[in-house]
Amino acid sequence: MALLEVKNLEVKFPLRQGELTALRDVSFSLDRGERLGIVGESGAGKSVAAFAILNLVSRPGYISGGKILFEGRDLAGLSRSELRTIRGNRINMIFQDPMMTLNPVLTIGTQMIECLRAHRRITPAAARQLAIEKLRAVSIPSPEARIDQYPHELSGGMRQRVVIAIALLTDPSVIIADEPTTALDVTIQAEIMELLLELCEHNNVALILITHDLGVVSQVTQRAIVMYAGRIVEEGATRRIIDSARHPYTQGLINALPERTRPGQRLNQIPGVMPSLMDIPQGCAFHPRCQLRIDACQQQLPAYSGSEHARVACLRVDEQERAQ
Amino acid sequence: MIAFLIRRIGQALVVMFVISLLSFSIQDNLGDPLRELVGQSVSEAERQALRDQMGLNDPFLAQYWRFLRKAVQGDLGNSYFFKRPALEVIMEKFPATMELVLGATLIILLLSVPIGVYCAINPRSWFTRVMMGLSIVGISIPVFLTAIMLIYLFSIHLGWLPSYGRGETVMIGAWESGLLTWDGVLHLILPSIALSSIMLPLFIRLIRSEMMEVLEQEYIRFAWAKGLQRRRIWFLHALKNTLLPVITVGGVQIGTMIAYTILTETVFQWPGMGFLFLEAVNRVDTPLIIAYLIVVGLIFVVTNTVVDLIYGLVNPTVKLTRGLA
Repeated sequence: MALLEVKNLEVKFPLRQGELTALRDVSFSLDRGERLGIVGESGAGKSVAAFAILNLVSRPGYISGGKILFEGRDLAGLSRSELRTIRGNRINMIFQDPMMTLNPVLTIGTQMIECLRAHRRITPAAARQLAIEKLRAVSIPSPEARIDQYPHELSGGMRQRVVIAIALLTDPSVIIADEPTTALDVTIQAEIMELLLELCEHNNVALILITHDLGVVSQVTQRAIVMYAGRIVEEGATRRIIDSARHPYTQGLINALPERTRPGQRLNQIPGVMPSLMDIPQGCAFHPRCQLRIDACQQQLPAYSGSEHARVACLRVDEQERAQ
Repeated sequence: MIAFLIRRIGQALVVMFVISLLSFSIQDNLGDPLRELVGQSVSEAERQALRDQMGLNDPFLAQYWRFLRKAVQGDLGNSYFFKRPALEVIMEKFPATMELVLGATLIILLLSVPIGVYCAINPRSWFTRVMMGLSIVGISIPVFLTAIMLIYLFSIHLGWLPSYGRGETVMIGAWESGLLTWDGVLHLILPSIALSSIMLPLFIRLIRSEMMEVLEQEYIRFAWAKGLQRRRIWFLHALKNTLLPVITVGGVQIGTMIAYTILTETVFQWPGMGFLFLEAVNRVDTPLIIAYLIVVGLIFVVTNTVVDLIYGLVNPTVKLTRGLA
């Protein structure tokens, strides 16, 4: 049995102009110790999917359908206090911007110790000791002094290390990292990513990495999911997706990588922009931007073809593959 | 800390200098103090002589310089009416006003925080709707009207609470306190409610809107993701951040409340500084008016400094202790 299994997840936002479907029919699974990437442009629904797992979709959004099975229990059906035993304990999160994630008026120590105290019986002194250990594990220099400092006394990279330390405090089974390096300096991004990868491997923590950076996905994850307009369009082993993407959208993303262009040449790009979730095109949501579209793409929502962990939602995938 | 205090004291001196200049410049424009000071039988020549003797005919700057020289020694002139040092007269009334402000502040603190927090957490509940409606009404009704309605309801109609004066008081050194006798406390209730009637709804709305904004912050979402209890998220993570701007605004507002005491004290015949000030205006008792303005200005400066100190203690990003504030 998979550790985490998301089945037909649907998330809606009731707005004044009508109900917006941010996620439709999203299904994926995650095994113990596995690292899964979720890729897509801004607004594709990656973050919504991540937050929905812990039922933390920002209001007024809500989970309108589907199941989130964690060790066989449906998280969407849990009471608030039952969910609390999972949140921050078994499934932990790392947020995008470390400048905003830590509470500015509480010390690092307070924000770490409270996690431990919320989930297990532990004395404040023992919790503090454990927190210092975890700070050391994320390579924060002189953790005994840092623990009593406030977030503003630390740099962005250091703060994200603290957030990672918080995520590791309770020895979780899963860490969900929502663009953990996007807000950081490029020089620090690689450092933080490497640290996260190493700690997940070392502690056998499964990782869901949400990012728009295909380079990061290829370095860190074993399997990847590509999302477009709230739906999964392709899933497969990360290597295979990078080497031979099957969905035209994924192909477009990979072609847009600067490495795929010779110096001096214009960068490749996918024409057009992702549709607003308020009016997703009929049929395949990608068809207005797709160079391979046929008339059927405008009417028919493409079903998934392939196996559970190597699937693609495109009507033209067979023709394409025959042509190759 | 010390550097901060020294800088604040410097600023306070400048502010006090400006206040004294402004207060003193009303001297000539309030009417003729001699009309109140002497009877009608005194002739014009005698009045002129008296004016010369009191220095009222000197140039403005000369008068101000004389005033300032005495003021720094704690002498703000003699009240024309009481024939005693103006400062002494005011300080006698100071405890009454401070106890009234204290009563109102307590009401505001004890009610606005829980109500404001509740309204932020439950924006759709009926209680929130009622509170938001009532607070608009509360802000809109002038203090003297609230005071009169309170007297009508609780003193005349129900007969529960006294409607005027301070009741029985006790002297603690030079401080005349009404807080130590049951009668004094009963007398304090209605004036305190009346005085808080404008600030309380303002504080409820302020705390509610600040808290709602804080609850949208990423660190609150992270706190939920950490699986903390909601009590901890609301009353530690959110409230501490909410109170920062509230302290800044609130400190100034408590200073402003001293100004509102003039109305409240008048309606309730409360023997405080505000009541005294109004009488002084009627009597053209300029030294007393000036002394009042200076004392109130000083209270303002002191409360603001204290508020800044508290803010520095609550907000870790302000480092008073290292003299960098």
